[in-house]
Amino acid sequence: MSFLEVRNLSKSFGGVKAVNEVSLDLNEGELLALIGPNGAGKTTCFNMLYGQLPPDRGSVKLNGQELIGQTPRRIWRMGVGRTFQITATYASMTVMENVQMALISHHRGVFSVWPPASRRHRDEALALLELVGMENQAGRAASVLAYGDLKRLELAIALAHNPRLLLMDEPTAGMAPKERVGLMQLTADIVKDRKIGVLFTEHDMDVVFAHAHRVLVLNRGEILAEGTVDEVRADPKVQEVYLGGGSTFGGAEGESAEGDLADA
Amino acid sequence: MLELDRINSFYGRAHILHDLSLSVAEGEVVALLGRNGAGKSTTMKSIMRLVAAKSGKISYAGRDITALPPHNIAKLGVGYVPEERRIFTDLTILENLEVGRQTPRAGAPEWTPGKLFKLFPNLEERRNNLGGAMSGGEQQMLTIARTLMGNPKFVLLDEPSEGLAPVIVEQVAFTIRELKKLGLTILLSEQNLHFAKLVADRAYIIERGSVQYDGTIEELENNEEVRNAYLSV
Amino acid sequence: MDFFVVQILTGLANAAALFLVASGLSIIFGVTRVVNFSHGSFYMLGAYIAYSLMTVLPGFIGFWASILLTGVAVGLIGLIVELGVLRPIYKSPELFQLVATFGVILVIQDLTLLIWGPDDLIGKRSPGFEGVVKIGDQLLPAYDLVLIFLSFLVLGGLWYLFNKTRAGILVRAATQDREMVGALGVNQSWLFSGVFFLGSALAGIGGAAQLPKGGADLLMDFNILAPVFVVVVIGGMGSIPGAFVAALIISELNVFGVQLLPQSTLVLMFVVMAVVLIFRPWGLFGRPEIVGSHGSQGPPEAPLRAFSGRLWLVLAACALALAVVPLFGGNFLQVLLADVIIACLFATSLHFILGLGGLVSFGHAATFGGGAYAAALMVQYAETPMELALLLAPLAAGLLALVIGWFCVRLSGVYFAMLTLAFAQVVWSIAFQWSEVTGGDDGILGIWPSAWASSTTAYYYLVLALGIGGITTLLFMAYTPFGYALRGSRDSALRSEAIGINVRLVQWSAFIFAGMMSGLSGALFVFAKGSIFPTELEIARSFDALIIVFLGGVQSLFGPLAGGVVFTLLQDWLSRFEYWRLCLGLMIIAIVILLPNGLVGVGHWVRGRFGRNADPLSDAEEEAA
Repeated sequence: MSFLEVRNLSKSFGGVKAVNEVSLDLNEGELLALIGPNGAGKTTCFNMLYGQLPPDRGSVKLNGQELIGQTPRRIWRMGVGRTFQITATYASMTVMENVQMALISHHRGVFSVWPPASRRHRDEALALLELVGMENQAGRAASVLAYGDLKRLELAIALAHNPRLLLMDEPTAGMAPKERVGLMQLTADIVKDRKIGVLFTEHDMDVVFAHAHRVLVLNRGEILAEGTVDEVRADPKVQEVYLGGGSTFGGAEGESAEGDLADA
Repeated sequence: MLELDRINSFYGRAHILHDLSLSVAEGEVVALLGRNGAGKSTTMKSIMRLVAAKSGKISYAGRDITALPPHNIAKLGVGYVPEERRIFTDLTILENLEVGRQTPRAGAPEWTPGKLFKLFPNLEERRNNLGGAMSGGEQQMLTIARTLMGNPKFVLLDEPSEGLAPVIVEQVAFTIRELKKLGLTILLSEQNLHFAKLVADRAYIIERGSVQYDGTIEELENNEEVRNAYLSV
Repeated sequence: MDFFVVQILTGLANAAALFLVASGLSIIFGVTRVVNFSHGSFYMLGAYIAYSLMTVLPGFIGFWASILLTGVAVGLIGLIVELGVLRPIYKSPELFQLVATFGVILVIQDLTLLIWGPDDLIGKRSPGFEGVVKIGDQLLPAYDLVLIFLSFLVLGGLWYLFNKTRAGILVRAATQDREMVGALGVNQSWLFSGVFFLGSALAGIGGAAQLPKGGADLLMDFNILAPVFVVVVIGGMGSIPGAFVAALIISELNVFGVQLLPQSTLVLMFVVMAVVLIFRPWGLFGRPEIVGSHGSQGPPEAPLRAFSGRLWLVLAACALALAVVPLFGGNFLQVLLADVIIACLFATSLHFILGLGGLVSFGHAATFGGGAYAAALMVQYAETPMELALLLAPLAAGLLALVIGWFCVRLSGVYFAMLTLAFAQVVWSIAFQWSEVTGGDDGILGIWPSAWASSTTAYYYLVLALGIGGITTLLFMAYTPFGYALRGSRDSALRSEAIGINVRLVQWSAFIFAGMMSGLSGALFVFAKGSIFPTELEIARSFDALIIVFLGGVQSLFGPLAGGVVFTLLQDWLSRFEYWRLCLGLMIIAIVILLPNGLVGVGHWVRGRFGRNADPLSDAEEEAA
């Protein structure tokens, strides 16, 4: 049985269906890619899964527990990690301290005063940094890191509370081309080891093809296709969407969908 | 007419454009193709200096515009139609057009709200409605019309067909062909190859922030390998 | 019935000046995203300039020509401020802009004093409208009707300007999306200057028009600031109809409030604001702020260095040096040093929320004066011993911060700054208005230390112990997980929420903690001076702390200490001159523009330039980029 079950997730903005009846399942250790053209509703989906946006309808169950209606903080405590499209780290702290903060929060130590923050959970933090290959940069300020390293740091932070599910919004966006595959390979290895399920959006098809176990194609808020990489690539409907046939000309549903409003 | 020479652009620390070069000749319609996230919008914004290129050179009509502020670039006759449309929602359609108005420019067609309403008949009847109360298609028309009010010689169209119903997309394509007939030079970004085929003479394919392919639309049509590598799934 | 009509009309008349000033502030903010704290000074200048013009220009025409000319003159002064002070720092962090406009307040205060002297001026009555109008059996000054007419005239004029002229349409467009307006070929510099002229002119006209009713005095600038902030917060920043409606609400509330609850008019005003903020955090006509649309964030701060043994040694040496002062220093030096320590504690507590938390409070005097008044009241009414008062005063200040903070941490950036300032004004007005309890303007006298601490030296040691203790606690907190979480909420609230940290709770707790420490400094202050007056709750007191933090360098943990020493000594020296505000104001403006990293920043720069680099790896990378 899959440990993440999303059922009939829907959201409209001003009458436009940004996400419409999206259902999906995710298994432990599986990487599921969510792809689709701009405005397909990927980010809206993500925001609903993470509690930042209330859906109009639908349910999200993690190991049978309902996530809908919970705050992002609560969802994090329930074992969901997230990385951002544009990295969000603490610029005034070191790499190590960034990870330590996540560990402090996980161990519910935010409002304690002793020992000082930088002395807490050092071994655990270092182990996480080793996992992502950042241990030799532990003492540097996050603000001077190269972008690819920031992405690695985000991954270490996201792993700090031992999540069951990782939501990664364009994990390789903004990275140099040669770093991208490396980061996703690393992610794939870690999630396999730790049996974490990963749902990610991605524009770089090389990354998707190389690492996704399954691919879900969204178009105009609806699931257009689902399957293995090869199945999706062979699907004429998918080709149409990406090459511009179906969605623009002869598309039966002539709504002026504005999913991009939701995605912006 | 427009030339980008090895520009590099960033969003914060994210390196988006890597040594991107391209050029557009006078009177041409050139399409920038690529999947989303490839760097098309950033290219457009870098030309307008809404994103400052960290290195490289951008020249327009023989003049280095790399370091000019956006309003000076617009004053040189470069019109920008943003992807997000950025309609002034609190202003009426006529007021939106007024914001875009510039003095007539030698060698460029001169636009008035009256002329624009002929090109975009839907806008006329709603001229006193607020920009925020319009459908996506009408907003796209308005944002093009607003830019034309500056009497540009060169127009940057960022994803003009995105999120629009088929009938509107056809109208946009028609508009672009009309503008080309009037002698405007156009650089448009697009994910949709079919749409690009309808309007463009030439295409660049951008992937991961740099140009991967450069050729005429016909060449691209016949090159299945390139199409599959960069545009399809 | 007639009574109500007259009351309503009085309220409308009172709303006129408020509306003029608030709409000017709103217009400037809408386009430039700068909250001009010196806007009240433009209002004051309006009154003074109009006073002088009216003495020269006689009669009915002279009166109205004076008001119009005042508008132009103040508009030009606003333009000078925009070009000279704000233009160089539009790209600086928000705090810099706010502090710079405060420098302008000081400069204008002293220039006004220099030109017009210290006495309150009574405005001439408006020719032709000197009398009263009878409505039923009630009387209403005729000039009130003129003011009502004027405010509708201005509202109409602004409506015309913003809807029927190109400039106005551009301003409205820029209020919504400045960057897009630029991309369409509009030079933003012109727009910025234009709205500054217009906004300042409106404030000037507001000051001029109220002259026959209120006259001109040197406190007008601060006195108008709190109601104006309340009006723009209620109405929504950037909205002119909002400013109009809110000015009406506030003025009517005042007029009727006086009838019902004469002591609580100011409190009523803030109750209304609180209610509006709870239901519409961006005001009645405002729209939510887009994050990052204000001044830039500035360069990121360097990570905190571990609290090394050497640093402890330096601090211990300082404390020791201070401890031996009474052996050779006289009473004067001890009193001065006690002032320095109190100022350092006060400023360090502000730095805790401002520097570490990124919460720019403009009302820190509320907790300083709050603590001081709490101690004084306890001594006065409950004969509380000093020791207990020093313990309870911080708790009282913390309680006050708890209430104020509950509202304020819901907002951020300039809204937070305005709201803290407004709340501080409420506390001030309570101390000022509730004279049965607080003694009002006369303050509370005779609050002396216990017998054992009554000598200068004994009290100096007490201040040293508690002051250094408080400062050390604050510094220590910066290194705890709580301090880190506070810094994290400043760096990236998004990240904090994503790792389960409740940002608002962290900020609120920090606000309360800083309030307690600020209250402690206030309590130490009151026993040092033996008395307390409402001046300790004034805006100027809040700015003292702000300037110390700023002078020391916002990004430096030890900045407030350096700043506190320099500022107190400087003030002690400068205040011997009659026009010390002018010097201080000019200095603040110069520092904002020339030394944005403060004193400690200069130290770092010197060390970085001539000494060893902290992170050679990063510097090499920066150069490579």
